[in-house]
Amino acid sequence: MVSAAVAAALAVCAIALVAYYAPVDQDGLNQKIFYFHVPIALTAYACFGLGALKGFLYLWKGNPERDLESYVAVHLGVIFGLLTLVTGSIWAKISWGHWWEWGDRQLVMFLILFLFYCAYFMLRFSVEPGPQRAAISSVFCLFGVVLIPISFLAIRLAESLVHPVAFTREGPQMAGSQLTTFVVSLAAMLAIGYALYRIELAGKRLDQRLKELRELLA
Amino acid sequence: MKDALKRYFHDAAVLARKDVLLELRGRETLPAMVLFVVAGLVVFHFAVPTDDSEDVGAGLLWVVILFTAMLALVRAFVAEREQRLMDGLLLAPCDRSAIWLGKSLAVLVFLALTELVALPAYAIFFGGLGWSTVAAVCLANVGIVTVGTLLAAMASVTRSRELLLPLLFLPLAIPIVVGGVGASIADDPGRYLAFLALYDAVFAIISWASFEYVVSE
Repeated sequence: MVSAAVAAALAVCAIALVAYYAPVDQDGLNQKIFYFHVPIALTAYACFGLGALKGFLYLWKGNPERDLESYVAVHLGVIFGLLTLVTGSIWAKISWGHWWEWGDRQLVMFLILFLFYCAYFMLRFSVEPGPQRAAISSVFCLFGVVLIPISFLAIRLAESLVHPVAFTREGPQMAGSQLTTFVVSLAAMLAIGYALYRIELAGKRLDQRLKELRELLA
Repeated sequence: MKDALKRYFHDAAVLARKDVLLELRGRETLPAMVLFVVAGLVVFHFAVPTDDSEDVGAGLLWVVILFTAMLALVRAFVAEREQRLMDGLLLAPCDRSAIWLGKSLAVLVFLALTELVALPAYAIFFGGLGWSTVAAVCLANVGIVTVGTLLAAMASVTRSRELLLPLLFLPLAIPIVVGGVGASIADDPGRYLAFLALYDAVFAIISWASFEYVVSE
């Protein structure tokens, strides 16, 4: 529960910094969604990466615990991915006037990843629990992390196809106060992700233990 | 080392030959693919007014190739499952990834034969077929069959069977479509062809390495 307390404290700090400390950008107040949208997206990537890492460890050592951890990480990744799509849509609506923007790489990327990892759940839940399900899920997770850079490249290539003049947002030129706020927001989001991961994992382990005890009794 | 490698490719070739022979005797997949690809092109002609722009036609070609490939991939492991052939294959004294390679080669043959009809048909119906499109189709075939065969093996052990394959395959196929369409319509197709080659290399390696885990129970 330490992780949950740290996450809560960091989240409070982040919200306070976003509200009072970070300067109002020339785009106006709506730019402040940046401090949530980008950390959520990075946390989602971290979750997918963790899922693939645990999947790899499962394939290597064959410990079913790793499979459960991989599943929980991917599950959280999908939730954060969905949040990225939602916050990104809101930002697109305010900035450009429509809910979807094919020019926004991050949004398109998360749409592809969202479709991919939804298929992960379909796959996982149509195989009987056991070593084969664990192995298949792990392999699919590994495909996911390979798909991320490949898709990123594909989106960039497709963009230059659709818009000959690649339109770029300004790079990571941030004032000091903006950077501080961003880093704290990112730390908060990662801590929230980690706390949720621990809680979900504890719940799933409890479930499993309960099932084993019931089977013993029956 | 050299002998082992020779043996490995020999095993894969034998397995591929088995699938091609089965197809020659049964004629279940290939005629369906050819008919599907032509019918698909005709449907697209009526669905999208392509007279104004060749670019749209290029997009249609890639959609139809992808879906036709899916037809072959959906059938790829049916015999293995229905006649419990997979158990026999797994017991065979060959490397398990050779099963993947053999199956990929067989699907590649079917896909290439279908494209021998599809590409001229496309050139006749929609006009114009550049060398870069043909090169891109050849490169894309490799990516489609390597990833597709692995996913088909995954799908064949699930309860929902073939239904699942398109869901697994399409998100992974998006980069292929980007590379293919880009090579067809861009002024500098080199970048897109290189991208397709990169996709093939990366996914061939990971599919080859992970097939063993997918099929072993």
